[in-house]
Amino acid sequence: MKLLKVVPDDTNIDFLKWRNWAFGVSLLLMIASIGLVATKGLNFGVDFIGGQMIRATFTQTAAAPVAELRETVGSLGFGDPTIQRFGAENQVSIRMKLPDGADKNPEIANAMAEKITNKLKADHPDVRIDGVDSVSGKVSQELFSKGVLALLAAMAGVSIYIWFRFEWQFGVGAIWSLMHDVTLTFGLFALTGWEFDLNIIAALLTIIGYSLNDTVVVYDRIRENLMKFRKMEMASLLNLSVNETLSRTVMTSVSISLPLIILVLFGPDVIFGFSAAMAFGIVVGTYSSIYQAAPILIWLKVGSHTFVPTDDASAGSKAERIDENFGAKP
Amino acid sequence: MLDFPRWRVWMLNTLIIFGVLFAIPSLLPAQMRDQLAQFVPTPTINLGLDLAGGSHILLEADKSQLVETRLEALEDGVRTAMRRADPQIPIADVSRADGQLSFTVSDVSKVDAAREALIPLTSNATGSRDWNIGVNDGNRLIVTPAGAGNDAALDQAMDTAKDVIDRRINALGTLEPTIIRQGDNRIVVQVPGLDDPAALKALIGKTAKLEFKLVDELADPDQTAKGKARVGSQVLPYPDNPSGLPNIAVRRLGGISGDKLVKADPTFDSQTNEPAVTIQFDSEGGQRFARMTQQNVNKLFAIILDGQVISAPQIREPIFGGVSQISGSFTTESANALSISLRSGALPVDLKIVEERSVGPDLGADSIRRGVLAAVIGTTTILVLMFLVYGRFGMYANFALVINIGMILGVMAFANATLTLPGIAGFILTIGAAVDANVLINERIREELKRGRRIVQAIEVGYKEASRAIFDANSTNVIAAALLFIFGSGPIRGFAVVLMIGIVTSVFTAVTITRMWVSRWVKRTRPTELTI
Repeated sequence: MKLLKVVPDDTNIDFLKWRNWAFGVSLLLMIASIGLVATKGLNFGVDFIGGQMIRATFTQTAAAPVAELRETVGSLGFGDPTIQRFGAENQVSIRMKLPDGADKNPEIANAMAEKITNKLKADHPDVRIDGVDSVSGKVSQELFSKGVLALLAAMAGVSIYIWFRFEWQFGVGAIWSLMHDVTLTFGLFALTGWEFDLNIIAALLTIIGYSLNDTVVVYDRIRENLMKFRKMEMASLLNLSVNETLSRTVMTSVSISLPLIILVLFGPDVIFGFSAAMAFGIVVGTYSSIYQAAPILIWLKVGSHTFVPTDDASAGSKAERIDENFGAKP
Repeated sequence: MLDFPRWRVWMLNTLIIFGVLFAIPSLLPAQMRDQLAQFVPTPTINLGLDLAGGSHILLEADKSQLVETRLEALEDGVRTAMRRADPQIPIADVSRADGQLSFTVSDVSKVDAAREALIPLTSNATGSRDWNIGVNDGNRLIVTPAGAGNDAALDQAMDTAKDVIDRRINALGTLEPTIIRQGDNRIVVQVPGLDDPAALKALIGKTAKLEFKLVDELADPDQTAKGKARVGSQVLPYPDNPSGLPNIAVRRLGGISGDKLVKADPTFDSQTNEPAVTIQFDSEGGQRFARMTQQNVNKLFAIILDGQVISAPQIREPIFGGVSQISGSFTTESANALSISLRSGALPVDLKIVEERSVGPDLGADSIRRGVLAAVIGTTTILVLMFLVYGRFGMYANFALVINIGMILGVMAFANATLTLPGIAGFILTIGAAVDANVLINERIREELKRGRRIVQAIEVGYKEASRAIFDANSTNVIAAALLFIFGSGPIRGFAVVLMIGIVTSVFTAVTITRMWVSRWVKRTRPTELTI
């Protein structure tokens, strides 16, 4: 049987030739992302800014009447609502700030939700209320700080792990490419105005885990090659490592992003942002492990001297060195 | 490396079978599962609220209010103790501020006696001290909470509050709530299947502290209207006051509290035919109620619920037997809710709803359907792709993947874990990531073959060399998932659980299990050619 080849054998693409360009572009994109987040801001959900969110589906209507809703809900005297379609055209989320004093008296928030849902049901008999979320200012602040803490802890945690398993330069490379991935994902959310809620933090943490997956595989090969070809120039060695792991990188990226893309297209609308963030993060993560994590090692002056083979380490790759010396290739 | 002793093969196969067996009940339709449950235990995966539909309510106790309540009780105790002391100890200038109680003993020579009288109030049953007593300026006594007194009181109050909430929700009938304490001062209430929690919130949010106090009939109505009360009285809101004033003055002391009830039932007032609540005191409460009504015939007494007067009837005759009726402007529902709240006891501390999430059952069902669809499409695509790219070794990976799916479900069912919507996403992601291990191994074998190794050696080196990267990559994922679990809440935790279980089972199936199959194939056929 003839097998499918995702990547042709023995590729020798000079990935690293573009490293300065790629680095420049990435830097620009990161600055743009930070700029977007700073100027346009993130569209925070009630998880992080507090307030009330009502999800509703118009079962008999093709497209939810967003403008009309903004008017009617706005006229109820609770302030201007943020109304967004999520996923399907006939599903909306209505977000509002909690009225003053709601922190002290939960009845106020209750009355507000009840009044809005009653109004919706009266105006649109086909409306189905899918859920009400109400988060107080105090809890939302906690969720926010916990989320930020989790992101920072995850980045630091995995980088420290890499540092221990490899060398400090690799740890720096890992944390840089993680920052790259996370920043660009923030940028995506600022650009599109997709709701940024607790789920997105989960997506970012997952991206951190899986972006590193790629980085680790490439780093592992770089380390192996550094001990094997002790005189090779660093750029060529990185190129060799990336090329050697290329078919695995492509195959894995495809097999991880395929289900995610399917989740974005067919999955539940409630987690659209979550799936989209993950799909985006996996793609960006694959790119960053080749164009951010690897070239940083050149700038940080990693070379064969970084890994002086100890007895223990050389035992693992002795087989290769014998191959090299005696030319076991057919 | 490719040697698999027989015992190991048996062990691995047993693990697989057990893992997958536990998954079966969760995959069966509910009806079949119920039938099966009569014969064998059927552990099932719980569905989170975002999938099953239901309500999640986070309640928070106000610690400062609890501190205030304790101080109030202490003040009452101190006043009574000083009055009952023999001879009486006159005190003045009583103040509760900054979490401490202070008062001046008018007669300096009685400071020591006052101090003596305080001791029983400030130590608790276990003999340790709840309050510290200090003296300032010779005759001003200051009582401050001792060490962890307030924390212990809060802890106790939260435990009681949890029980009270449990009793109240159970009174609503067939709901299956999960009620857990969170942190020092929070309680999470989760009720699956309840998507309109208005009634529930009305029930659990109410403190239901019932008090009976005498109306201060000598109060100046003008002062009362301004919210000012005479010494020994206090002004409370009274929305239904027939006099038209929004509040009423009541005597601070000489009342009784309604925490000594044995019964509370909704009823109808025999005269007005309006909804009301009948209460019955226990014997001690009944005696006190009888004494209070006996001593104050023809006076007005206020019925106070959560600091608000609901009615202030006249005591026409002493009430013996401890049965009384509360009427106010009740509806049938509110009378019912109040009697449930009174029956289950008052909350020892006010609870506020700080977070509330409810999901309708339709949205949940839709999420499951589309989540499962995405999972099926995703898995199928991967299975086909793996076969096309790696042939026989791809099929090994595919079988391992199917077993992995079964084992994730099995472990989740066994651990009684909760599947949430992000959990489904985590599941799909795990499927994609699980084959990564096989991709790494197969690519490595390919490479080793290209370098001219013999088949057996190439397979051995392939598994060995790839394992290092697989280990590192999965370790970082476990770190991220663990942090997700620690910092996450609700559905996110469900996601982290699936990720962690998935990482462990996928390494097991993708590395260990496929190696067992590969080694058996190699031993049996002694292949001279390997297409990979």
